[in-house]
Amino acid sequence: MRKIFVFVERVDGEAHPVSWELLGKARELANNLEESEVWAIVLGKECENVCKEAISRGADKVLYVKNDQLVEYVNYKYKKVLVDIVRKYEPEIFLIGATLEGRELAGMVATELETGLTADCTGLDILPDKKLLAMTRPTFGGNLMATIMCPEHRPQMATVRPGVMRELPPDPNRKGEVIVEEYSIPEMEKFIEILEAVPLSVKSNLAYAPVVVAGGKGVGGPEGFEKLRELANLLGGEIGASRAAVKAGWISDEYQVGQTGKTIHPVLYIACGISGAIQHVVGIKESEIIVAINTDENAPIFDVADIGIVGDLHAVVPAITSKLKAMKGEVRK
Amino acid sequence: MNVVVLIKQVPDTTNVRIDRKTNNLVREGVPSVINPDCMHALELAAQLKEKHNATVYVITMGPPQAINALKDAISFGLDEAVLLSDRAFAGADTLATTYTLYKGIKKIEEKIGKIDIVLAGRQAADGDTGQVGPGVATRLGYSLAAYVTSIEKIEKDEIILTRRLDRGYEKVRVKIPCVLTVTPELNEPRYASLPNLIRSLRYQPIVWNKDDINADPKKAGFFGSPTRVVNTNIPPARKGGDIISKNESPEIAAQKLLDELKKFESIRLIEGLRVLVGDKK
Ligand SMILES: Cc1cc2nc3c(=O)[nH]c(=O)nc-3n(C[C@H](O)[C@H](O)[C@H](O)COP(=O)(O)OP(=O)(O)OC[C@H]3O[C@@H](n4cnc5c(N)ncnc54)[C@H](O)[C@@H]3O)c2cc1C
Ligand SMILES: Cc1cc2nc3c(=O)[nH]c(=O)nc-3n(C[C@H](O)[C@H](O)[C@H](O)COP(=O)(O)OP(=O)(O)OC[C@H]3O[C@@H](n4cnc5c(N)ncnc54)[C@H](O)[C@@H]3O)c2cc1C
Repeated sequence: MRKIFVFVERVDGEAHPVSWELLGKARELANNLEESEVWAIVLGKECENVCKEAISRGADKVLYVKNDQLVEYVNYKYKKVLVDIVRKYEPEIFLIGATLEGRELAGMVATELETGLTADCTGLDILPDKKLLAMTRPTFGGNLMATIMCPEHRPQMATVRPGVMRELPPDPNRKGEVIVEEYSIPEMEKFIEILEAVPLSVKSNLAYAPVVVAGGKGVGGPEGFEKLRELANLLGGEIGASRAAVKAGWISDEYQVGQTGKTIHPVLYIACGISGAIQHVVGIKESEIIVAINTDENAPIFDVADIGIVGDLHAVVPAITSKLKAMKGEVRK
Repeated sequence: MNVVVLIKQVPDTTNVRIDRKTNNLVREGVPSVINPDCMHALELAAQLKEKHNATVYVITMGPPQAINALKDAISFGLDEAVLLSDRAFAGADTLATTYTLYKGIKKIEEKIGKIDIVLAGRQAADGDTGQVGPGVATRLGYSLAAYVTSIEKIEKDEIILTRRLDRGYEKVRVKIPCVLTVTPELNEPRYASLPNLIRSLRYQPIVWNKDDINADPKKAGFFGSPTRVVNTNIPPARKGGDIISKNESPEIAAQKLLDELKKFESIRLIEGLRVLVGDKK
């Protein structure tokens, strides 16, 4: 059996959504790779629910390394465990979410195993004739797509960008097996020790929002973002920002979209007072629909927008909000 | 305290050139700069020199023209700069890159003694993997803290620092020797002082080839790389649609937008827009 390993990144009792996306993708890869099965790798304790969910999300087997010392992500311990289980079970493919943690961990594991690692992939396919994994990733800030393979070394490793692959809806009837791996962590030097976890003061849902209403320099100040927030809330979405707005201190960098911010692909992206610099556009170009509202009809954002409105965002955005509110009111009546 | 800073020279423009034969990046002939994240590593190194009297070596693996990046790096007031350059290093993926850098660091160690801290950028603007720091740490057997955003305290055998993870920040104690990868949040790179600038102009970096660092050519460069770039393409630019409203009243503009949105099938995926398509839920 060829094994496709998926690392389940977990915070407390919950898996990071990218883990389920990877299981969904691994399922698809397994369908194109004869005699293969999908293994979810779970580290920690009291993870029984995560293990169960992994099966309902597409895993054939769950390798559950149950250990008190693995409750929190500590890079050198996680590395040791993953290297040891890869050596024991010899998977063909090993996928890890390209979160900051995941990229750090994968970089350590691949080096220790002396195998190839493709970073931050947005596409994965099996080449049918060669049975190899073709890994596609954006480089140069999204200006160049590279397809990379790892022909001779195993496992073929990749980190995968969150929010790109599609997760499977959980199917409680799916069958699978949870293997509890007896593993004791050897005495090791304490390379790194967590003293304190500081959660983010604001937490944006940018990467997963179906609608993003984003503002740039044209918003004019922190108050301006309130208008955008109102429309975003009405649409069940999130707000976003250009770097210029972040740099001006109007909004937290958690909301920045683009090359040095988040790459997003909502159904609807509304750019308000954003000129459309290349570094901004690389972060939004996978959106289904792009709307631009800008006073300057020559702004480059109109070259990529599906729908363009030349006008003052301070007037147009509230007008959209009140029109939608009125329509919703009518429907309710 | 002995410190090594890893820097990478990257193309300054979005002008991507690729050698179609090897499908590798052609760096020669393209204007280049020090990778932005590396500037913050250099700034931290300069501070370590000032506050902890550190001996600082800068190292890069690259083509001969990467000498320029090293000279610029010296203008931070650092001690020496080393270029690892050899045909055998070309076409490296991150596994081969970290091997060569590891051998280079070991060679520096022969000259100045045990290296306490290795600094790298979080990621490079071109290759953009963020894998080199973690890889070098693993090869050296050092502790690793990636994505450092601030440093609280540096002692003889440990550093207390804060780093960024997806879910927030994390304050950690890191054992020395260590590898740190730094983010732009950490500091503002300085402007070179005049004496340092003058020194950097005159400075001639040390150049080492594969024999100087005793590198196994099977582990370096193309032959030491498990990954192969099999195809690269420039994705087509997204084509926009029309401007549907130009300086009209906000009400008209808003109405036109909503009418236009109705033409897109995918708006059914948006709860808040179902009213547009007459879906009452
Ligand atoms: C290495 C690098 C990385 C970068 N990364 C990013 C990134 O991740 N994300 C990012 O966004 N940028 C990034 N940038 C910056 C980018 O180049 C631009 O400077 C930035 O995106 C500009 O932001 P903006 O469009 O808000 O501001 P501006 O370019 O100043 O545009 C403001 C726009 O608002 C319009 N406007 C003004 N008033 C109104 C009004 N009342 N109503 C409607 N429209 C109005 C103007 O016509 C103008 O088009 C990066 C740059 C570099 C060099
Ligand atoms: C289109 C394309 C895609 C690629 N994709 C992959 C891939 O998915 N996986 C893979 O293994 N390789 C990949 N490579 C090869 C990779 O770019 C090189 O191995 C490169 O030497 C190091 O990786 P990086 O640029 O990603 O550096 P990063 O790991 O992003 O750089 C982080 C830091 O490491 C240090 N550093 C990086 N390179 C050097 C250097 N040469 N000298 C000194 N310090 C350095 C710097 O401090 C830098 O700030 C790709 C190359 C190209 C052209």
